[in-house]
Amino acid sequence: MRHSIWLAGIALAFAAPAFSAEILVNPSEGAERLVEAFVSVAPGDTIVLGEGRFDLTEGLSLDAEGVTIKGAGPDKTVLSFKDQTGSGEGLLVTSNKVVLKDFAVEDTKGDGVKSKGSDQISFLNLRVEWTNGPDAKNGAYGVYPVSSKNVLIDGVTVKGASDAGIYVGQSDNIIVRNSTASLNVAGIEIENSYRADVYGNTATHNTGGILIFDLPNLPQMGGRDIRVFGNTVVDNDTPNFAPKGNIVAMVPKGLGVLVMANRNVHVFDNRFDNNATTHVAVISYPLSFDDKTYGSNPRGVVVRDNAYGKAGYAPEGEVGQTFADVAGLPLPDVLWDGVTPLTEWLTWTAAEDRVYVNETDGSFANLKMISNFLFPWKTAPDRRIGKYAGALPEPAPVKLPQEGGAS
Amino acid sequence: MRRLAAALGLALALAGPAGAVDIAAITADKPPETLSAFGFFADMAARKPAAGVMPYAMATPLFTDFAVKFRYAFTPPGQAAAWSDNEAFSFPVGSALIKTFAYPADFAKPAEAIRMIETRVLLNGPDGWKAYAYVWNAAQTDATLKLAGAKIPLTFRDVSGKDVAFTYAVPNKNQCKGCHALNGAVTPIGPKARNLNHVADHGGGAKNQLAAWIEAGALAGAPDPASAPAVPDWRDEAAPLEARARAWLDVNCAHCHRREGPASNSGLFLTWGEQDRTALGFDKRPVAAGRGSGDLAFDIVAGKPDESILFRRIESTEPGVMMPEIGRSLADAEAIALLRRWIESSR
Repeated sequence: MRHSIWLAGIALAFAAPAFSAEILVNPSEGAERLVEAFVSVAPGDTIVLGEGRFDLTEGLSLDAEGVTIKGAGPDKTVLSFKDQTGSGEGLLVTSNKVVLKDFAVEDTKGDGVKSKGSDQISFLNLRVEWTNGPDAKNGAYGVYPVSSKNVLIDGVTVKGASDAGIYVGQSDNIIVRNSTASLNVAGIEIENSYRADVYGNTATHNTGGILIFDLPNLPQMGGRDIRVFGNTVVDNDTPNFAPKGNIVAMVPKGLGVLVMANRNVHVFDNRFDNNATTHVAVISYPLSFDDKTYGSNPRGVVVRDNAYGKAGYAPEGEVGQTFADVAGLPLPDVLWDGVTPLTEWLTWTAAEDRVYVNETDGSFANLKMISNFLFPWKTAPDRRIGKYAGALPEPAPVKLPQEGGAS
Repeated sequence: MRRLAAALGLALALAGPAGAVDIAAITADKPPETLSAFGFFADMAARKPAAGVMPYAMATPLFTDFAVKFRYAFTPPGQAAAWSDNEAFSFPVGSALIKTFAYPADFAKPAEAIRMIETRVLLNGPDGWKAYAYVWNAAQTDATLKLAGAKIPLTFRDVSGKDVAFTYAVPNKNQCKGCHALNGAVTPIGPKARNLNHVADHGGGAKNQLAAWIEAGALAGAPDPASAPAVPDWRDEAAPLEARARAWLDVNCAHCHRREGPASNSGLFLTWGEQDRTALGFDKRPVAAGRGSGDLAFDIVAGKPDESILFRRIESTEPGVMMPEIGRSLADAEAIALLRRWIESSR
């Protein structure tokens, strides 16, 4: 009898669900205690960050699965990295099923909050900020999931990033919503990623609002299936302060949405106002590259049903100047550089690869940059918006396992 | 009860005689509080390894603020690590890799007045590798587990006679994975064929280290060392410049900057065997460098180190700019000079 109880005890020990503990750390306990909590946390545990300010000199990292890090609110719990001497970022997550919520990360020397290779990573109600305002010495990215899968960014605020406030790179299955990006070079950037829904966000007082980019020479390329809808993209008027050499350093001040070299991107139901270069630009990768597997042209882009306020009255930078040289002022609400593979320039572009514009409200121009380059004396932008009417099947809404969707 | 006592007795018997390595401590769920509990050393203060613990040296080591390093490998008796041409050897469960970081008071007399700062251990348990750091006491008799890492102010006199004061950083447990990760799992970096394949004398006479490991029964499936890959000592003026620079980049950068590493998303891959010129940085634009770009357009511009982001980040000691991101706070002038020559000579 005792024998069987003993066995049952062992069976229970193996079958019992992981005990999830709550570990409370208050700022008064010091930074070392916080680091200890991050390295000793068991899978499934929650670390509760007390109200107040933690002063950290090294980045924090988290490598345990299923952990929640929870503060008292984005204005109440602050992880400050003002005196950081080591590590590339403030907080790095490398494990799966992690939730970060209700705290702030300030003044990191590199990136703010990064996840690398995480599956099911949620950034909720966070604030990431460089408190000195726009400065080329600020870190590059605020909220920064990369090479991750099932990414949820909801209700975050990012200010002052010298590259992109919210940056999702080389990831798959992504939602960015209800978030605010301001005073960054790029507000929100989705780069070399598959399946993203970007909606209900506000991008304001950045250099550029929302960027959908694909770049060469990276492990994951061919960005595609992205919906940008129901966002407010207004007053993007901060001069570009990105360190040169970074791709966003080319973004002209006053750009709403910039789609570069992606496939199947749908931009709709957004509100644009007061973007001095243009509201929506669809372009090819403009720099030299050595990568035979890279497609540099945007393919299958739909721009429809957006609301457009004032735009195009003061285009900026080399890119803005090029637009202005070709199209004159004011620039239209929506513009496409018109660059396609040369074979298509000589023949035609298949229906699923074209750029479509369905707008009752806005103005449009195809800059026809290839013809313009070859025959500038006889090339004018094509402003016949009706010629570009058409539809493409829209990507299905992104569903995330951490919100009950299938993984 | 009697059964339990018998089981305990068996466990004790398996742990072997006193003075030997405690394999159970290596494979345990939780690490012991003190380094001595592993039994890696017959004499801790004298750094005299226990039976079965093999000292080894890297042809080209990682730079860690000039720290002198003492490395040891342990495989359970009768078990060998499996050979790999290009990756770290595959060690059996119960193996350990041990590395002590130390500073002589004066680098002009590197064998004298050595102070041990920390010993890092990589332990191969049933769930894979785990990494921990132990910080030495002032008496140099034992070291204590530090999960949260530590910052230790240090001074030393460099070879030119200049006193250097800096803050040495002991990594926290999670930071270990900042470098020791391959496809997301903790993994050894150092014990690769190419970095062990050289002659060294660890007290028993000069010998090729691969041959020594094979002879000790710690390495199986190895070819003749003469036909195995090898990197030069990066300081060896007799070796080709290209090989010296690539060996340095391999050890100092490629644990992250490789296709399966923590910096895979950068697209910059600096592994010894990398052939793709763009992946190596030539005319490659940065992707997530931020202010690390230093306003420069390419990772490497052939012939122009001062226009090469890679070179500028190795020169820098500014957090957020310097590379590697962790493991150093000082610049290595000798390595900078080597990389400058390499980029200047590249076409």
